[in-house]
Amino acid sequence: MNIKKDIKNLLVEKPLKLDCGKTISNFPLAYETYGSLNQKKDNAILIFHALTGDQFVTGINPITNKDGWWSYAVGPGKAIDTDKFFIICANVIGGCMGSFGPSDLDQETQKIYGINFPVITINDMVNAQINLIDYFGIEKLFSVIGGSMGGMQVLQFVSNFPNRAKTAIPIACTSSHSAQNIALNELGRQAIASDSNWCDGDYIAKNSNPNKGLAVARMAAHITYLSKKGLQEKFGRKLQERDDLKFGFDADFQIESYLRYQGSVFVDRFDANSYLYITRAMDYFDLSRKFEGNLSKAFKDTKTKFFIISFTSDWLYPTQENKEIVIALNAIGADVGFVEIESDKGHDSFLLDVPEFLKALKNFLEKSY
Amino acid sequence: MKHEFRIIADLIEANSRVIDVGCGDGVLMDFLKQNKNIDVRGLEISKDKVQKCISKGLTVIEGNAESDLKQFPNHSFDYAVLSQTLQAFLNPEIVINELLRVGKKAIVTIPNFGYWKVRLHLLIKGTMPVTETLPDQWYNTANLHMCTIKDFFNFATEKNFKIKSSLALSKEEVSEIKNSNLSFKNFFADLGIFIIEK
Repeated sequence: MNIKKDIKNLLVEKPLKLDCGKTISNFPLAYETYGSLNQKKDNAILIFHALTGDQFVTGINPITNKDGWWSYAVGPGKAIDTDKFFIICANVIGGCMGSFGPSDLDQETQKIYGINFPVITINDMVNAQINLIDYFGIEKLFSVIGGSMGGMQVLQFVSNFPNRAKTAIPIACTSSHSAQNIALNELGRQAIASDSNWCDGDYIAKNSNPNKGLAVARMAAHITYLSKKGLQEKFGRKLQERDDLKFGFDADFQIESYLRYQGSVFVDRFDANSYLYITRAMDYFDLSRKFEGNLSKAFKDTKTKFFIISFTSDWLYPTQENKEIVIALNAIGADVGFVEIESDKGHDSFLLDVPEFLKALKNFLEKSY
Repeated sequence: MKHEFRIIADLIEANSRVIDVGCGDGVLMDFLKQNKNIDVRGLEISKDKVQKCISKGLTVIEGNAESDLKQFPNHSFDYAVLSQTLQAFLNPEIVINELLRVGKKAIVTIPNFGYWKVRLHLLIKGTMPVTETLPDQWYNTANLHMCTIKDFFNFATEKNFKIKSSLALSKEEVSEIKNSNLSFKNFFADLGIFIIEK
C-alpha cells in the first residue's frame, strides 16, 4: 500500500466502543475537505464513501493520481457545490487510505493487525466520524450524503445523531443487507481467502499479496454495479483486438478484457484485508435490528429532511429497498422526498454522469439551504 | 395559478398538514407552502414533474396513489387533495377510501361530464367530447371513469361519506352546489370541487 503522505489525519483520542465489544482509542481518522466552512458553520456537508471509495471525493486523488470518485457530483458549480459548501469526507475505519485499518501496526503485539483487527460495523464507522465533526466545531451539518455503503452510513448517522444533520440524502442503498447482497460479498471474500498469497491475512508480514484473489473479488463485484442492458450496449459480444474467436481462454471478448483490467487496477489501490472488513460491515448492517425490526423507530422524532434517490436499473440495491426507507419515514410523518432516476447504468449510476440525478441532487441542496 | 387551485387554497386553513395526490409540477403545493405556511407533501407519478417539484424545494414522493398512499398512517394529514385525477384511476373507490384514511378530509375535484358543452358535443357531433377541461381524444385520454357532478353526489350517498362543501366552477365563476340546484349546476359547471369526510 501507499505511503501516507498527502493524507490529513485526525488522531481520535476519545475511546470508541465498537459493536464487537472491543474499545479502540488514539486511532487515526484520515479525511479530506473541499471548499470552506463559513462563519456560522452552517454550510458543512459530510459525504460518506462507498465500499472501495476513500476521502478523496473530487479533484485529483493524490495517491492514485486519478479523478476523485465523485468528481461528477462534487466540485465548483457542481451538484454538491464546493463554492458554496464545505465538504468533509473521511476514510472509513477498517479502510486503507490512512484511517485505522487492518494494515496498521498493533502497538501491543508490534505486529500488523491483519485479521486480528476488530470487526467493525457501519455504526462504528459513523461513531468514529462524529469526532471529525466535533473537531471542526460543527454543531449541525447542513447535509449528510452518500451512495451505496455511503447511504447506509447516512441512515446510521441520522439515527445515532438525530440533531446533527439538517438534511440527509441516502442514495442507492438499503436499510438492511439482503441475502443476495451477503452472498455476493461472501463470493468476494472467498476469492481473497482462497488466494494462497493471502496467508491467512498475514500477507504484509510475509511480504506477499493476494492480488489475484482481490482482483477476482473486484471483477465479480463490478458486474453487480452494472446493469445487463448497460453491459450489453457497451460490450455486447464484441471481440477484443481480434477478428475471430481464438478457441482458448484468453480474453476473446471485450467484456472479459474490461473486467480483467478493472481487477488489475483495483489491486494497486486497495488492501485485501480492508475489503474483507468493509464487506463484513455492510453484511452486518441491519438498521432496524436494534428496534425490534421496526425501521421507523430508528428515526424516531427526527427533524431531518430526507431525500432518497434510487435508480431504475440498480439491481444491487433496487428501488423497492430504497422505498422501504421512504415508507418507514412516512410512517412517522418525517419530511421525506423520493425520486427514482431512469438510468441504464446500474448501481454505479450515482457515481456517473447521469444528468437527471445530478439535477435532482443540486436542486434539493440549493432549495434546502 | 389556475382558478381551481385558488379555490382549493381558500378552502384549506393556514398551518395545516396537506398531501397533494398527483401534485404535478407543484404549483398548488408551492402556493400553500409560501402563502399559508402549510406543511405540504406531494405524491406524483411522473418523473419529470417530480423533478420540477424538487427544483421548487417541495417535498415530493415519486409514486402512484393506488399503491403508494398506503404507507401513510391514518389521518396523518388534515387534507388530502386530489385534483382532476379521480377519473384516471383503475379503481376510484379505493382511492377515495385511501384519501379519507390518510386525510381527515379530502378535497376532490372532477371535470364534470354533465357539463352542457360535453353533452352537446356528444349529442350533435356523435363523437366523444373534447373540451378545454377534457382535451384528449378517446384513444389517448388517461380518463377511465368519467363522471358527472350528480354521479359524484350519488356516489357519496351510496358509499356513506359526507360532502362537507361542494362548489361548481364554470369559467371564472364559483358557486355553491346544493341539492336544490344540483341538476342546474350539473349542466352549467365544467368542474366540481368537493370537500368530503367520513
